[in-house]
Amino acid sequence: MPDSSAKFVGEGEFFTVGDPVTDDKAPDGDIETRWDRRKFASKLVNPANRRKHKVIVVGTGLAGGAAGASLAEQGYHVVQFCFQDSPRRAHSIAAQGGINAAKNYRNDGDSIYRLFYDTVKGGDFRGRESNIYRLAENSVKIIDQCVAQGVPFAREYSGLLDTRSFGGVQVQRTFYARGQTGQQLLIGAYQALSKQIDAGNVEMYARHEMLDLIIVDGRARGIVARNLVTGELSTHLGDAVVLATGGYGNVFFLSTNAKGSNTSAIWRAHRRGAYFGNPCYTQIHPTCIPRSGDHQSKLTLMSESLRNDGRIWVPKQMGDTRPPADIPEDERDYYLERIYPAFGNLVPRDIASRAAKNVCDEGRGVGPGGQGVYLDFADAIKRMGEPAVREKYGNLFDMYARITSENPYKQPMRIYPAVHYTMGGLWVDYDLQTTIPGLFAAGEANFSDHGANRLGASALMQGLSDGYFILPTVLNNYIGSQKFAAVAPDAPEVAEVETLVKERIEKLLSINGDRTVDSFHRELGQIMWDYCGMARNDAGLRKAISEIRHLRDEFWKRVKVPGTGAELNQSLEKANRVADFIELGELMCIDALMREESCGGHFREESQTPDGEAARQDEKFSFVAAWEYGGQGRFGTTGGDPVLHQEELVFDYVHPAQRSYA
Amino acid sequence: MKLKLKIWRQRNASDEGAMVDYDIDGVSPDMSFLEMLDTLNEKLILDGEDPVAFDHDCREGICGSCGVVINGDAHGPEQTTACQLHMRAFSDGEEIVIEPWRAAPFPVIKDLVVNRGAFDRIIGAGGYITAPTGSAPEGNSTRIPKPDADAAFANATCIGCGACVAACPNGSASLFVSAKVTHLNLLPQGQPERTSRVMNMVEQMDAEGFGGCTNTGMCTVSCPKEIPFMSITNLNKEYRRAVRETTKARAVQAKANPS
Repeated sequence: MPDSSAKFVGEGEFFTVGDPVTDDKAPDGDIETRWDRRKFASKLVNPANRRKHKVIVVGTGLAGGAAGASLAEQGYHVVQFCFQDSPRRAHSIAAQGGINAAKNYRNDGDSIYRLFYDTVKGGDFRGRESNIYRLAENSVKIIDQCVAQGVPFAREYSGLLDTRSFGGVQVQRTFYARGQTGQQLLIGAYQALSKQIDAGNVEMYARHEMLDLIIVDGRARGIVARNLVTGELSTHLGDAVVLATGGYGNVFFLSTNAKGSNTSAIWRAHRRGAYFGNPCYTQIHPTCIPRSGDHQSKLTLMSESLRNDGRIWVPKQMGDTRPPADIPEDERDYYLERIYPAFGNLVPRDIASRAAKNVCDEGRGVGPGGQGVYLDFADAIKRMGEPAVREKYGNLFDMYARITSENPYKQPMRIYPAVHYTMGGLWVDYDLQTTIPGLFAAGEANFSDHGANRLGASALMQGLSDGYFILPTVLNNYIGSQKFAAVAPDAPEVAEVETLVKERIEKLLSINGDRTVDSFHRELGQIMWDYCGMARNDAGLRKAISEIRHLRDEFWKRVKVPGTGAELNQSLEKANRVADFIELGELMCIDALMREESCGGHFREESQTPDGEAARQDEKFSFVAAWEYGGQGRFGTTGGDPVLHQEELVFDYVHPAQRSYA
Repeated sequence: MKLKLKIWRQRNASDEGAMVDYDIDGVSPDMSFLEMLDTLNEKLILDGEDPVAFDHDCREGICGSCGVVINGDAHGPEQTTACQLHMRAFSDGEEIVIEPWRAAPFPVIKDLVVNRGAFDRIIGAGGYITAPTGSAPEGNSTRIPKPDADAAFANATCIGCGACVAACPNGSASLFVSAKVTHLNLLPQGQPERTSRVMNMVEQMDAEGFGGCTNTGMCTVSCPKEIPFMSITNLNKEYRRAVRETTKARAVQAKANPS
């Protein structure tokens, strides 16, 4: 365990430190057999008894959809929710690149162990070895499962599955369906789920949003949901609750997330006692289309594959506003090639993102507001010819042209980093169980198996591994290990939560202030981006915490939510979510302030090598930060300070070493 | 840009609804169509009016949530989703008429939001391959010729937005159903349920009240994912085949078990 006498920055001021937390579910011994041994040790539930048990699943993306379909198929009665109008619209659908699997179809030396090794390293040694090994092990079965469902993966002429390589990996293990892999995998899960809905095994509530968690005798037993069409609140009781509600990147307002992606389900669970793991870990993606103006509602990602052939540059001179074609070669700075000659334009995501920010901060950015760098295909077009470039990247170029109305064949594209994926989330043990018994978290909603710096093509893998393969086993074990007394619908624990949800909605509708929800959301996003974005420092984070606290007070005094609670009211939906984002944003800043090291997605300016690279501090920070909610603050009042619990990370197989790309 | 908007306002499913005029100023050609509606809504909220409800989520043209009829065209003048349509497609001072998808099986929920649950029920009736979790055979043990895989993929890209229904003069869901049937029936994995799939999906489509296909082709013109018109031909072929198979099977069964 790291030195316990040393104090953390912000300790005593913004948070206190509690007992360490441990994961007691992962077996010891050979990593290769841990999951098999855990499965064998897990309790089973007789198929005839399964139908007597109700499992509530919130979310229908890769993790939730796969879980609902698999649990229903096992015979459980599944009650499932999504806020969209159909389970098919969950944001997993937007993932582009691909999904990794250690199939070694290329005979290029891949193996489960190598995928495990790459992922632990790529995660900057802030993930758990046991979980990551299991993920690599399941990856192989995921592809089989999806092929069996009819997912149209890319094929070779021989009819065999095609693969491609993906950022920073030396083997070819990424399976894909053109640029729409997420869509195809999600549609596979959705179809499997639809079959179970039609068969009556899944009770599906679309256009419903979870607003709170019901805990009885210390165990998660239900949720309160709002029907987004009628506004009706309903209580759903069951034996276990699975949250598969995705990530919270929209805390930044502008992100690549869908507009509806939110933190409410996991944040309300956190407020009821579930620890929140590594909230500040945010993956920032380097190749996004820059914002065009203040009206912008979201950002669109361009596949990272563009960096294979495009060259990234900015003018050497500050404030150079000449059109790119008028800037001669010797007045251009191909900064990635200059700083990282070995990797050039292909440095990992966090490095490429930060380098872009640095040149823009120097005043050398291009495009509106100077928040952009050129991604130039002129050399590639000269070398390969335009038809070859079109063949390889045509759909991305078309998308760029559609959004910017610029022709990327004639002038360089402009790109800028954007918030993409959140690697924090609810803390879970090896069984994906949170610190609240009976409450499970899967996919992006949990704090993620692969830790700090997620590699490409692994998010889809994690969602499906959790949903298809892990939850069915661990839920059997949970349900088989205890007795479930029925919870009376009018039990005081239920009534209390229902009342609180009702009061909160009434409060939001009654403020009738002078600012829209979006105006608060944009302001929060700006604070988060400026001080808790790509680079963070002590002074900035303190400033952010104070500004967020002020913003929270303002929100509960000045927000204007029109309409009533008894109808489809999109402003009310947003208000509910933004209130949660404000609270989460504060915790993210506290977490970032405490973690005085640079690690993957988190770059603390105080912790860098002499040449400006991220410097981890393993002696002090080789742990998962699991935050306990500090108190019962209501409607914008501060509760107590959050409590930091540390889960020590142990590396028996892959030994920590500094990353270097120079 | 300054625009005149005519928007369908309807408080709820039982309200009658009417077109309402709005003037909007300061629209940037770089805004997406939905960002233009966001801008209008911010103003309406501050003026104490009810903002216009519309469906949207990913705003990247892939989730299929958004969809409105713009000046008579599903998703507007370009072949894309409303979220990927930009205001530069319109000119300063233009009048834009915005309506929800119009089809009896897609009842209006509020303003521009409709209920497309019928699509989910059609998928539930057979738009899947029964593959139990955890017992799937090795992926490469099922070889699929590249042309089949590519054709299956082209149909699998349907986002279920409903533009095909909104664009069809008959309110037919044939393009949506044909995309799924073509995707799954083309694959070896889809063969065991090939017959029942198309029979059940078509039966459900009819039960939901969608109109019949008269080969008008407006569906493919407005489909943001360019699902080919040929898929409907394939749906009809699959359906005829399935009817023959089912009739034959019934005859065989009747002969075996005379009542």
